[in-house]
Formats: sequence, structure tokens, C-alpha cells
Amino acid sequence: MSELIPSFDFQAVFIVPWQEDFQGYFLIATMGFLISLSCGLIGNFIMLRRMALIGDAISHSVLPGLAVALFLSKSLATTAMFIGALVAGILTTVLIELIHQNSRVKPDAAIGIVFTSLFALGVILINVYAGEVHLDTECVLYGEIAFIPFEPLIDIGGREWFPGSVLRMGGVTLLVILGIVLFYKELLVTSFDPGLSVSLGISTRTTHYLLMGLLSLVIVSAFQSVGAILVIAMLILPGATASMLCSRLPAILWLTAGLCLPATLAGIHLSIWLDCSMAGAMVIASAVFFILAWLFSPRRGLLQQLIQKVRLPEVHNLTLDNSQE
Amino acid sequence: MAATFRIVFVLALVSGFFPQVLEAAKIGDVTETRVIEQMFRFLSLKDPSVRATVIGTTLLGICCGLLGPFIVVRRLALVGDTLSHAVLPGVAMGFLWNMEKDPLAIFIGASLAGLIGACAVNLIKQTTHLKEDSALGMVLATFFAVGICMMTMIQRLPTGNKSGIDKYLFGQAAAMNQEDLILLSVVTTVVLLLVFLFYKEFLVTSFDAGFARSIGFPVNLIHYLLMLLLAFSVVVSLQAVGVVLVSAMLITPAAAAYLLTDRMHRMLILSVLFGVVAGVGGAFLSFLSNNLPTGPFMVLSATAVFLAAFFFSPRRGLIPRWWRQRSQTQRICRENILKAIYHILEAGEFEEEGVTFSELSIRRNEDLLEVRPQILDLEKADFVTVSKSENRIYFTPDGWQTACSIVRNHRLWELYLTNAVHYAADHVHDDAEKIEHVLEEETVRQLEKQLNYERRDPHGKPIPTFADIEKGLPTARQSRPATGYMSKS
Repeated sequence: MSELIPSFDFQAVFIVPWQEDFQGYFLIATMGFLISLSCGLIGNFIMLRRMALIGDAISHSVLPGLAVALFLSKSLATTAMFIGALVAGILTTVLIELIHQNSRVKPDAAIGIVFTSLFALGVILINVYAGEVHLDTECVLYGEIAFIPFEPLIDIGGREWFPGSVLRMGGVTLLVILGIVLFYKELLVTSFDPGLSVSLGISTRTTHYLLMGLLSLVIVSAFQSVGAILVIAMLILPGATASMLCSRLPAILWLTAGLCLPATLAGIHLSIWLDCSMAGAMVIASAVFFILAWLFSPRRGLLQQLIQKVRLPEVHNLTLDNSQE
Repeated sequence: MAATFRIVFVLALVSGFFPQVLEAAKIGDVTETRVIEQMFRFLSLKDPSVRATVIGTTLLGICCGLLGPFIVVRRLALVGDTLSHAVLPGVAMGFLWNMEKDPLAIFIGASLAGLIGACAVNLIKQTTHLKEDSALGMVLATFFAVGICMMTMIQRLPTGNKSGIDKYLFGQAAAMNQEDLILLSVVTTVVLLLVFLFYKEFLVTSFDAGFARSIGFPVNLIHYLLMLLLAFSVVVSLQAVGVVLVSAMLITPAAAAYLLTDRMHRMLILSVLFGVVAGVGGAFLSFLSNNLPTGPFMVLSATAVFLAAFFFSPRRGLIPRWWRQRSQTQRICRENILKAIYHILEAGEFEEEGVTFSELSIRRNEDLLEVRPQILDLEKADFVTVSKSENRIYFTPDGWQTACSIVRNHRLWELYLTNAVHYAADHVHDDAEKIEHVLEEETVRQLEKQLNYERRDPHGKPIPTFADIEKGLPTARQSRPATGYMSKS
């Protein structure tokens, strides 16, 4: 066991990495922050609409899209991969709808069938064309965020700043924020009360597909860094933590954004300490935040519930005493 | 059903207690890659490692196929998915137990992790405002993250035999060794026995939990028993299918069976069959080339079975349904034209025996160009004859009988709606227009009886009776044998 978990040394875990390779860790932290910010923000709306598992399905099914795009374009050309994955993501939602509308198979089973099939197809494609496609099945599962510093940097204004993937993620994050700011009212109304939104003249369908498109975009761009399965955690955990602490949507969104940076940094240091997968450690850090909120949230935490359960008989007795008098 | 169970049971026992037939040479060691040769090697079953793979995947298909239907009808499909991802930290823990791939330690660790995951989902659902889908996704991804971190930590360990641990992600049926097979057959036997013994309990709680509770079944206990079995079967399947895709082996064969039958026991048998087909088929396909993961091929085989059921299931398949709908539309269209001809004849008080094309086109409010192909279609189906010289359309006996019964159904229904259901007389037409095509003879007789064999509909028109329909066209009875009508009969 002692081999597995290295001894904790504050200096080595928190200070040395930044002194040695500031730029590398800065890039990783930026990427992690951007991914969890865009995922977390959009994840709030996904959760409100009870579509968390559609996100799961999309994140698995972008794989064949990536593989086909890579195979066709014979290069890591980002545009081709983006388009391939986006098409696969949208195809997933369409297929799920198709199966569940044209047969008695329930939506949950339809989701299960579609994403496993597409994911299997992707894994096979990658294995068969292993020589030609520069994509590793293991990385598909847990991402390669740690390799970001080794990507070539792109010139902006005469200085080399960020690699392409970080810039792209930044663009997607901006798009998500812009989308939420511009269509806030629409997203809010359609999430909580589809009936009202129809009577207000807001198309639930358009909003739904807008959100799905945005979701696919986010998942596709986060896919390479954090892998298929961990994206779901990025989508759900920050929003869930925030919603344990407050209940108004704007507050939840701000809190989600605020939680992203500490979770990312905690994840990075956890992975430095344990020398394990960085994306996995970021998810674990977010999960720890959620568990803390779950236990100690002043509004709806487990502890609070327990206190109330203990107090309830007291209050009850008190009112009984009052009524007897 | 009992016979099937018995056979499977014996199979499980045989492979469990006589594992020496399954010597565990690794297929992965073999370097030849010629597809045909590999195919023969697999199909001839001479190779002990091939035999091991086949028996392993068959057992896996049985195990998952038996539990799948309960998962699908209880709408727990994604719980299965969550469970299968949540076992990963348990796999890593089991590996750490004595630093090698020890199936029993991994089995225990993974089952525990799976159950903890299932309980965590329940706990989150009960104590927070988060919905089930969020809880599932959260537990799935968090457990998986823990597992991934532990796996990467194990990978960098200097000691221990790490080979085979990475196969848990995508599965390698060929990597199954003797102990894996024993474990698999034991679990399959347990699942078989429990499903067989508690079939009634599983059935009732799956479809009507309230009823089950009311007759004293321990519903929660049965739910957790199912979860336990699910965790077991997921864990033993891991080696062959892999963590990521094992849920497909639970869901897809069962969903395919669900499309084919309405009876639970038939669904179980079909699902087992599909599971075995998918398992062995996947092993076969992945065997054709070197070092391909088995899991994805199994999943795609299962998907192929599902798609076949989705498109061609006799009752629910997309294509039979489309075909039925098409022929129904065609029938209704034909019947409407026959009815229109009847109305024209009736308006002329059956003086004429045939109608002209222009009369029909005016009645149907359609162009002559539209009417002509419809009539030709009717002629082909032997409902009418067309006299080219007079340009007239005549009923055949079949045509007359169909037209007559449609008109009768229509008017009888209108009468029923006004007299028995008290609709206003001007509101009944549209409803009758739809029901006329689907009323069956028995219903018609009941309606006639209930309406005291009334002969006039609410609008004062006569309702043809069974006797009228038998007798044939009134004019044909009275006057000379008519050209078109009689010539056919």
C-alpha cells in the first residue's frame, strides 16, 4: 500500500511543480478550468431537463465520429474531427428518439442500446485502423489532458500563448456563456415549464435542439482532454454541488462557475501527489466538493436534515403543550 | 421452459466441475492472422482455448440474458450501466489485494463496489433534490474516475504481475482462464437457480410492485436480490466484455426479445438465446484477427440482433407494421370508392346498374385522372368490372357485398350514436366514416339487435341487412342479366 500512495509532502505537491514548469501547469489548469466551466454551466440546464444520461450517451457516441473523421482526413485536422464528432453526437439523439418512438422499447433502454453500439463501433474502428489512426483507446476513456503542454503553441500577436486545443476550448466556453446570456429567458422557461413557454411563443423544440447542439459541441471539445466517461462528471457534479447550496438558478450558475477553479486546482495537485490520471483526479476533487456540500449544506445537507429530525419532536411537543394550555 | 433450464443447468455444472477440459492456452499468444484459417480453428472447436472461449461466452450470454429482461421491464437499463462502471474501483482493489489478477479477489471487490454504487444512487435520490438521472450519471462517473486513478496508479507500480488488468476496460474473452470460467459457471448456476426458484416473485414485482406488496412479497428484498445478481453477472462478464460495454449485454438482447413477445418466460428464453448468439458471435469475430477486443464485437452482434428484431419482428417490427399500415390504407381507399359507387346507384334508386367515370369523379370530388387509376386498381382486385364500350363501371358480387356492408356499417353506427348514445343527428357522420372500416360481423349483429333491426338511418336512408347483401344488386335481381355484373359471376 505504501508503494501505491506516496507520502504527502506539501512542498513537493504544491510548490515544486509550479516552480519547475509554470507554463505547463498553467496550461493544464486553464484547460481544466475551461472544460469544467463550460460543462458545468450547460450541465445545469441538462440536469433541470432530466437529460443527464443523454449527455452520457453523446459523450460515448462521439467516438465513431472521431474515428471516421480521422480515418478519412488521414490527419489530426481538428476541423474534420470536430465535424465528425458533432455529426455523431447529433446522430445519437436522433437514433434514441427513433428507437423509442417506433417501438415499445423505453427511453432508458434505447439510450443504453444506442450509445453502447456506437461506442463499440468506435473502439473497433480505432483497433482495426490502429496504424493509421492516431488515437488510443485508453485515452478515449480517461483523456490526455496531461499532454497539453506538449502541443505546439499558436502565435497570437507575435507571442506564442496557447496550444490550439486550449484556444478552441476557450472559444467553446465563450460560446456557451454567450448562449446562456442571450437565451437565458428561453432556457429558463423551457426547462421549468414547457406549457408556459408554448403560451409565451417560445419554441421548446428549437431551444431543445439549440441546447443539444451546444452540448455536443462542449462534449466534443472536452472529449480529448478528459475522455468519454469523465465528461459526464464534469457536466453533472459542479451543478449538483451548487444546487445543494442555493436554489435560484442565477445563483446556482455563478456558484458553479466559482467552484470550477478550486476543483480543477485540487484535482491537479491530487494527481501530482498520487501520480495518477489527471482528469480522473479532477473528477474526484469535484466529487469531494459535492460530498462536502451534500453533508454540510446549511439548507438541505444531511447534517441539517438530521438536526431537523431530532428537533421535530421537540417542536411538536412544544406546540402540543401550547395547545393543552 | 423447464427443459431449457435443465439443459443450461447441466451445461453450467459440466463446465464448472470439469474445468480440465478447458485448458487455458491464450489465444492472444497465437500469431497467425490468416482469416480463413482462424475461422476453421474457431469452428472446429479443436483448440482447447477456443473451447474455453466458447463456453465462457455462452455462459456469459445465459447469465446476462436471464437478468436482462427484468432490467428492461423494470426500466433499470441505466442502473445496469451505472453498476457496470462503478465496479472499476473494486476491480483495482481486488487486484491490489495480492498484486496479481486473482479472479476471486477481483470478484469480491468488484461486487462490493457495484453494490456500494447502487446504494449511493439510492441514497442521493432519497436525501437530495437531485433526480435519478443526475444521481446515476454522477455515481457512474465518480466511481469510474476513482477506478481510473487507481488503475493508473497500479500501472506505475514496480512490482506485481500487471498483465491482464487493462483488459478489463474493453474485454478479452481469450484472456479468460480456468478460474474465471469456474467463477462464471458458478455465478451462472446461481442466477439460473434463483431466477428459476423465484420466477413468480421476480415477475410480479417487476410488473406490479403495489400488488406484490399487497400479497405480502418482500418487494425491497427482491429488488436488492436482483441488484446483487446484477452486480455478480456484471463482474463475471467484465473479463470478456469490459467495463464500458457490459451493460449492452444486459440491455440489448433483452430489448430485442421484448420486441418479439409479450410473455415473460418466452422473453427470458429468447433473451438467453440472443445473449448466447451475441456472445459467441462476438468472440468469433474478434478471433478472426489478432488482438482485437472481444467486447465491442459482442455488443455489435447484439445490436445486429436487436436491429433485426426492430425491423422485422412480425408484430412490432418497423417493416411489417409499415406494410400492414399500407395495406390498411389501400383497403380503406378501395372501400371508400366502392361506397361512392353505391351512393350513386342509390341516388338513382338502382335504376342503373353501372356508373360512369364522370359521375364518380363528381361524387368523389376528384379529377378524372385521379379516378381512373383507382378504378383500374379496383378492377385488378376483382371488385368492379369496367365496360370499355359504355365507359361504365359495374360491381362484381364481391364489390357489391363490400360496398353494401360498408354502407350498412356506416348507417348502423350513425343510428347507434343517435339512438343509443344520444348524439345529435348532424354530428354522427364523421365518426361513422372512421368506424365503418373496422366493424366486425359479430359487432354488427349485436348493433342490429340492440337497435331492434331498425331499417332506416337517422337521415332516413335504408340500412342494408345481411339478407340484402347476400341477394346482390337490386336491379340485377329484377331485370335482365346485366353486362358487367353478371358476366363476372
